[in-house]
Amino acid sequence: MGRRVLVTGLGSFWGGRAAQALERDPSVDVIIGLDTTEPTVELERTEYVRCDESYSILSRIVRATQVDTIVHTFLIVDSSAVSSAQMHETNVIGTMNLFAAASQPESRVRNVVVKSSTLVYGSTHADPTWFTEETRRTALPRHRVERSLIEVEGYVRDYAADNPDVSVSVLRFSNVLGEQIVTPTTRALGLPVVPCVFGFDPRLQFVHESDVVRAVMFVLDHDLDGTYNVAGDGLLPWSEVAALCDKRLFPLPPLGQGVAAALLDRVGVDLPPELLDLLRYGRGVDNSRLKAEGFEYRYTSAGAVRAFAEARRLRATVGRPQAYRYERDVEQFFRHSPAVVRD
Amino acid sequence: MAAHGSPGRKRPKLVAVPVDPATGEKAPRRPRPPAAATPADGAAGADAGAAEAAIGDEPAGPGVSGPGASIGDERLSDVDEWGRSQQLRDLLARFFDPVYDRWLRVEWEGFEKIPTEGGALMVANHAGAIPVDAPSIMHGIERELGRPVYGLADEVFKKMPVVNVAWSRLGGVQAHPDNAYRLLREQQQLVMVFPEGSKGPGKLYSERYRLRRFGRGGFVQIAMRAGVPIIPLAIIGNEETMPIVAKVPALAKALGVPYAPITANMLFGPIGMWVPFPAKMRIRVLDPVRLDVLPDQPRYSRSRIMDTSEAIRHAIQEELYDMLRRRRSVWTG
Repeated sequence: MGRRVLVTGLGSFWGGRAAQALERDPSVDVIIGLDTTEPTVELERTEYVRCDESYSILSRIVRATQVDTIVHTFLIVDSSAVSSAQMHETNVIGTMNLFAAASQPESRVRNVVVKSSTLVYGSTHADPTWFTEETRRTALPRHRVERSLIEVEGYVRDYAADNPDVSVSVLRFSNVLGEQIVTPTTRALGLPVVPCVFGFDPRLQFVHESDVVRAVMFVLDHDLDGTYNVAGDGLLPWSEVAALCDKRLFPLPPLGQGVAAALLDRVGVDLPPELLDLLRYGRGVDNSRLKAEGFEYRYTSAGAVRAFAEARRLRATVGRPQAYRYERDVEQFFRHSPAVVRD
Repeated sequence: MAAHGSPGRKRPKLVAVPVDPATGEKAPRRPRPPAAATPADGAAGADAGAAEAAIGDEPAGPGVSGPGASIGDERLSDVDEWGRSQQLRDLLARFFDPVYDRWLRVEWEGFEKIPTEGGALMVANHAGAIPVDAPSIMHGIERELGRPVYGLADEVFKKMPVVNVAWSRLGGVQAHPDNAYRLLREQQQLVMVFPEGSKGPGKLYSERYRLRRFGRGGFVQIAMRAGVPIIPLAIIGNEETMPIVAKVPALAKALGVPYAPITANMLFGPIGMWVPFPAKMRIRVLDPVRLDVLPDQPRYSRSRIMDTSEAIRHAIQEELYDMLRRRRSVWTG
């Protein structure tokens, strides 16, 4: 019998991408996608279930569908997108409900992959150049998205400890760049001039969006257990990142940065505080643990930035491709109508 | 005692597979020479598809981007994972050469004890309100041996605008044990550290050449873990380049810096306060100290660490007295 997979956050960038990758895998029998919003990518056989953001119907779904694998991508890592309360609801309460459902006695869950972020390491002046999965933070978390993700990882650890027969893996992704994804970093790089902090040129690390999806699939295929950093090789100074994107830097004052950020917010430039930290001190994570398991990155940090820059240049010429729109009736027809010939 | 243990210089002993004491699991890593990526060595996983195999040459490690390592990998700058840029180093060398040769007239004794390859941790006494000993050591070694020297520095540098970029481009690295371990063990680099920390340069002129406490011996522990020798350096002349006559603790606190000195150089006006006096600088390389312990242990004997640290401090102090006994003049040596 093939795999039965539950993907949380199907409407999010990662959920949709993960579901697409799972659909290509013949060993996956069933893919169920949960989200509050409709899918944003075209899916062939994934079943979409609308739910509220804290997943109150989750235990029923887990029982009814007998999923054995959960891909938990519905974690908000972009604090500019949502309110504090909404982030808490989605990240912390959602994860709590997910694991409550997965630890029912009837649950057949054997594999859990959680998409976390290297934001959990923070970014301060006392940091080492490279964080391994075991390196502790050098300061207490200062930003709500960091606190929220640390809490989420706490639930994941608890679940893994309570269910030793389930392979639970946490993937901590570094700054993701690519052709399509939109993050605070890509928005900053999309501005006419790229913000930086005067007198600082931190080294940053990037991972390409296709490597992120491949890492999720890799972890599922290999039943990996534990925490893994996912980040491209190498660190790039922010000035070089801007140069690769053909942009000039615009220095923000190193003091009174909150005021500057608030003023920029007024004119529609949103720089979340965790990004400002990153633009001061940077962050590098050691990716050797996942590599030791046999994973190979297609892009280095520099490669991811170049791919991002090239996609932007193409888009500047030909425009954005038309977005996919989910049509419920059409999707239901193709999936369930007896008129459709299936093999 | 450990401080004068071994006369000649030998390569540090290496164990084939470094093991992370925190996790007990870590892939074997090649020590990598600077700016040379090693091609893949058959570590390709079982699932490497044909398409991946074509482009999936494993780069030598984090931070090293070699030719053909991955898609679109070309860089625009030569800033390495530690933030060091050889181009900027070379540019600075052109300006620092005359300072080194004509102004400070740096002279080395026992330079041949500095290894031409392999990791080693150099420790020295540190002095002068704006210490010129660090750039002098780094410049001297890079010029003679053509190998980079990384200087471990207090985290306070990373908070200062402009200073943090300049310092890291020129080879400064945050003094974090993990950073030191990677540099020494995995990359086999030369690393320099001043165990006195800011207490060395922050002391008054009246206390010159009297070494402060060597921290908590962290440098010994790092050398033990990394399995590299410690090379003590004794430096004279640095104390006289920028003597501190008084300190303003309130100002230091307000600025968030370790010390706010009033220096004799300030007599020469706002430009003069940044210029070191032309004291003759002499650097003596002591015999490398080889630590007779297994590398990569999770913990080392505290008493052993403190004994070694104290022995090295003592050796440098004795050497300083010896050098001062022979010094006829501050300005001509």
